[in-house]
Amino acid sequence: MIGLQLQTEQLTLNYGEQHIIDNLSFEIPLHKITVLVGANGSGKSTLLRSMARLLKPSSGHVLLDDQSLQSISTKEIAKKLAILPQGPIAPEGLTVQQLVKQGRYPHQRWYQQWSGEDEHIVEQAMSATQLLLFKNRPLEQLSGGQRQRAWIAMTLAQETPILLLDEPTTYLDMAHQIELLDFLFELNRTKNRTIVMVLHDLNLACRYADHLVAIHNKTIATQGKPEHIVTSEMVQEVFGMAAIIHEDPFFGTPLCIPKGKGRRIK
Amino acid sequence: MLQTTFVKSIGLCVLFVLVACLIYCSLAMGQLSISFRAVWDVMNHYNAEDTEHLVIATSRFARAMIALVLGMTLAVAGVLVQALTRNPIAAPDLVGVNAGAIFFIVLAITWLNIQSLAGYMWFGFLGAALSGTAVFLLSSWGRDGLTPIKIILAGTALSALFISFTQGLLVIDEQSIQTVLFWIAGSIAGRDLEMLLSVLPILCAALFISLLLGKSMNVFSSGDDIAKGLGQRVGLLKILMGILIVILAGGSIAIAGSIGFIGLIIPHVSKKLVGTDYRWVIPYAALLGSLLLLCADIAARFIIMPQEVPIGVMTAIIGGPFFVYLVKRGVSKR
Repeated sequence: MIGLQLQTEQLTLNYGEQHIIDNLSFEIPLHKITVLVGANGSGKSTLLRSMARLLKPSSGHVLLDDQSLQSISTKEIAKKLAILPQGPIAPEGLTVQQLVKQGRYPHQRWYQQWSGEDEHIVEQAMSATQLLLFKNRPLEQLSGGQRQRAWIAMTLAQETPILLLDEPTTYLDMAHQIELLDFLFELNRTKNRTIVMVLHDLNLACRYADHLVAIHNKTIATQGKPEHIVTSEMVQEVFGMAAIIHEDPFFGTPLCIPKGKGRRIK
Repeated sequence: MLQTTFVKSIGLCVLFVLVACLIYCSLAMGQLSISFRAVWDVMNHYNAEDTEHLVIATSRFARAMIALVLGMTLAVAGVLVQALTRNPIAAPDLVGVNAGAIFFIVLAITWLNIQSLAGYMWFGFLGAALSGTAVFLLSSWGRDGLTPIKIILAGTALSALFISFTQGLLVIDEQSIQTVLFWIAGSIAGRDLEMLLSVLPILCAALFISLLLGKSMNVFSSGDDIAKGLGQRVGLLKILMGILIVILAGGSIAIAGSIGFIGLIIPHVSKKLVGTDYRWVIPYAALLGSLLLLCADIAARFIIMPQEVPIGVMTAIIGGPFFVYLVKRGVSKR
């Protein structure tokens, strides 16, 4: 799959009168997994949403292959970049297959019939997410992990070189979080898709990110390979929390252990 | 639930046949019972000197056609308004079309001394269009654009405003209360075919466009963000749906007054039958709407013969319990 450059240029994002992101220029590395981390309300989700044209910049631009998102038709963007927002809700009774089929929407015209190619891509997306067995089940009858995979299958059917995910592991238990992140990692390594996601868990972020971006104080505090940038000072600055950094026993990536008071509280 | 495309198509054909049968019944049944044979005769060789023929041509045919069309427009307006607000208990009058139409009609009666039903119709349509447009303009104001909660708030507020204006006018001019009350209750009796024909092209166009929106509405139903992410021009779709609701609901209110429950329950019945796919939900809703309104209109002729029950009351009698049943079933399923 061809690469597409996604970057921001002097991007400022507002929520009402308040600046959320201020004058930020940065680039998403091609074919890599980029993870945005930061404290609650730091603007990481806002930044991700603006990179998917769900939020208009107050000033500056988001550029997709050197073109401002606002100058490209939304359907064209949808062929190049897929977004899975936080906690999406499907209408009652919608089946997995019906949902995944919607991923083909940007590739179709309103008069066009459903093609064999569409059918094939939808089947593939469902088989990649191991949902073929459940394809006729309504979404509300699936487990949280399966449901999240169904939404991801929809974005896969969109066949975009870039995939943005806003906290895809929310509401999932630990085992399902790992399963999902493993799946995304494999997708990145085998299909070369550029993946950008927001994650809450710093340790999982360090494990799966090629490129870690820490958002603090309306801009990027630091970015780079997790091994290079995650230190106790960085955690103190970005999350305002004392912690020590160890090495992940499995992968050697940074493992953040928060100090807190815990049992010392009398 | 009907599963395959084949079964759904058959179901649609069955509905067509049922609607056709009911139109036939609507022509034949009533205070003056006309044999089915005679109805057939009217269609083949019309005789203006025969009373039965005259009744069918001057009154019943118009009623049947109005019930047919308004059943469709009310039900489809209901589907659209529930999809737009993502609220399963929304009905077309939510967007202020009823209150606006009533206010304008009362205005026409009290101030402009207009007497004809056709005159009321145009004023009703104007009022419905103005208040519906005002609701959508008010609710698209602000940063997030048109959100369900803003539509509901603006609709409720504007309805309350128009209702109090109406009450004010009626207090000043008590004589028109009688006319207005009858109109509010909703009726399709005594309307000429002319009234329907004058707005029929625009209603048909709105119905046709609604049918084409099915695929877009499927994508829209998963939420604004998902729809935008899939490349849908969500703002444009919302405006289009808003315009269609105002035309469909406003047109029917203008012709027949407020006929409740069709826009509320038919979308649910339709979804129970064919699922979430709007490409099926919309045509099913249209035919089911006609079915219910034709039934209600026929029943309205018999309950307190020789008088007639206002059809708005009739749809409520049929629709109310049914809605309670739907709600109860929905709750117990969880």
